[in-house]
Amino acid sequence: MRDFPKILSANWGKENSRSIETYLAGGGYKSAEKALSMSPEKVAQEVLDAGLRGRGGAGFPAGRKWMFMPKDNRPKYLCVNADEGEPGTFKDREIMRNDPHMLIEGIIIASWAMGANNAYVYIRGEFREPAEILEKAIEEAYQKGFLGQRIFGKDFNLNAWVHRGAGAYICGEETSLIESLEGKRGQPRIRPPFPPQRGVFDMPTTVNNVETIASVPFIIREGASAYRKFGTEKSPGTKLFCISGHISKPGVYELPLGYPLMKLINEVAGGVINGLKLKAVIPGGSSTPILKAEECQGVNLDYESLAQAGSMLGSGAVIVIAEGTCMVKLLEILTHFYAHESCGQCTPCREGTGWAHQIAKRIYQGKAELKDIDVLYSLGENMLGRTICPLADAASCPIMNFTKKFREEFEAHIKHRGCPQGKPFPVEWK
Amino acid sequence: MAVEFSESAKKELEKIRARYPSSQASLLPALWLAQKEFGYVSEEVVSYLSKALELPKSRIYGVASFYTMFNKKPVGKYLVQVCGNISCAMMGAEGLFDYLSRKLGIKEGETSKDGKFTLIKVECLGACGEAPMMLVNDNYYGNLTKEKVDKILAEMK
Repeated sequence: MRDFPKILSANWGKENSRSIETYLAGGGYKSAEKALSMSPEKVAQEVLDAGLRGRGGAGFPAGRKWMFMPKDNRPKYLCVNADEGEPGTFKDREIMRNDPHMLIEGIIIASWAMGANNAYVYIRGEFREPAEILEKAIEEAYQKGFLGQRIFGKDFNLNAWVHRGAGAYICGEETSLIESLEGKRGQPRIRPPFPPQRGVFDMPTTVNNVETIASVPFIIREGASAYRKFGTEKSPGTKLFCISGHISKPGVYELPLGYPLMKLINEVAGGVINGLKLKAVIPGGSSTPILKAEECQGVNLDYESLAQAGSMLGSGAVIVIAEGTCMVKLLEILTHFYAHESCGQCTPCREGTGWAHQIAKRIYQGKAELKDIDVLYSLGENMLGRTICPLADAASCPIMNFTKKFREEFEAHIKHRGCPQGKPFPVEWK
Repeated sequence: MAVEFSESAKKELEKIRARYPSSQASLLPALWLAQKEFGYVSEEVVSYLSKALELPKSRIYGVASFYTMFNKKPVGKYLVQVCGNISCAMMGAEGLFDYLSRKLGIKEGETSKDGKFTLIKVECLGACGEAPMMLVNDNYYGNLTKEKVDKILAEMK
């Protein structure tokens, strides 16, 4: 296998890669020092020029997001989204476990660019180990003077904390994350006002994904044009891809954006498990449209190519599905997930996700009628775009795509009064 | 019965409160602290936090009940959480769950009679590369096989 440029995972293999000594030995915190010698505007401009796009799923240009922050005297906040809840996604955990200082250095740079003096890393409750690693790293950074008062001798103070969630997928949505950080139920806010106008504690706030922030030190150190050497024109840089499901070598791989999807599956990750045939791929986490095997041919892992193929890059979570998998069962699992995670605020989502799961389950159990497939599809259609946050859109995505692309399997369950293949998955657990 | 934080937990709560500009913002960390102290968030815990944070009880209960990780009733010494979401399911999560259920003699949501194990199914835990996996208290266990599960359980005294 060819060696790929490593930006985010550059230090992962090193001994004690978590410690500040290892990070400093590799030139760590030089980028933060450099950033603080530049004007905040110049730093944001450099990130914009690099074309870094939000790695949490939405793909919004990070530099642009930073520029939305007002230049007034109110306290400003950076929230780092480490909620990592999108099924199939497990990259931010690796960044925090293997190289927490890269994230902290990114936090310093981003905070400088936005004039933020407080940064919270909102980490999902289950990530106790990464949270403790990060807390220790933050402590080390304080001791070296990279956090706290007068950083690098500049008139710039920054405090950073880890804030643990407690089990709610919805808190990965930025306004829900803000609510949760304020100690409330994680129910998304109506926008406007957007977080840069009124975010956490009613103050200007920017929420960025862990991977986005961790990409920043390289951009400042090497410059926007160096970052643009990787990836494509519209999707520059590298990205962490999480590949899971029916795959021989699941894991996190850093690849340049634009890398061919089939090459990731067949070469980098060793092909479909047990030599099975590929049936379908969910390319960017459970909320992105599924692609049938034939639709994956010629698709590249970048924002544009995946959009053209009718899907999305999302969080870079590639879920591989082998021939022999029951798609009705998969939809039953996914609808259960969204029903469980709906915050209950908007009626279309609260009711729609619950009913969708009940119908999907009924179809899987062979207790449904043919018209139920259309009812299920229409639930997806009617949730789409009718709620405060995108959870309903995310939930409607598998509902609509699975029933459309694999309709014959849904019909077969109804005709056979149950799953025609007997067992839902081709891989036996031993 | 009224409950009260230990001296060290009281100090910890003061530190937590200093991190946020509002009292309510310290609620999630305070609930974590309470769960560590008392095992679960009982009505007494809600009353105690209500006084300590000067927040209405209804608000504390509202928040505690929104988040799945705050236990509203006692759980076993080992809380076994099996991921059942897509990547884990494809790699045998259902088989893993059934195996644990048989081995521990408890069904979903139940606690073993000796109070040692509670078994629950959970949504994606963000470790799909190690499917199927489970979380026991604070620790992740991945790439699980029957053999591995036997070994892990045997170590839990």
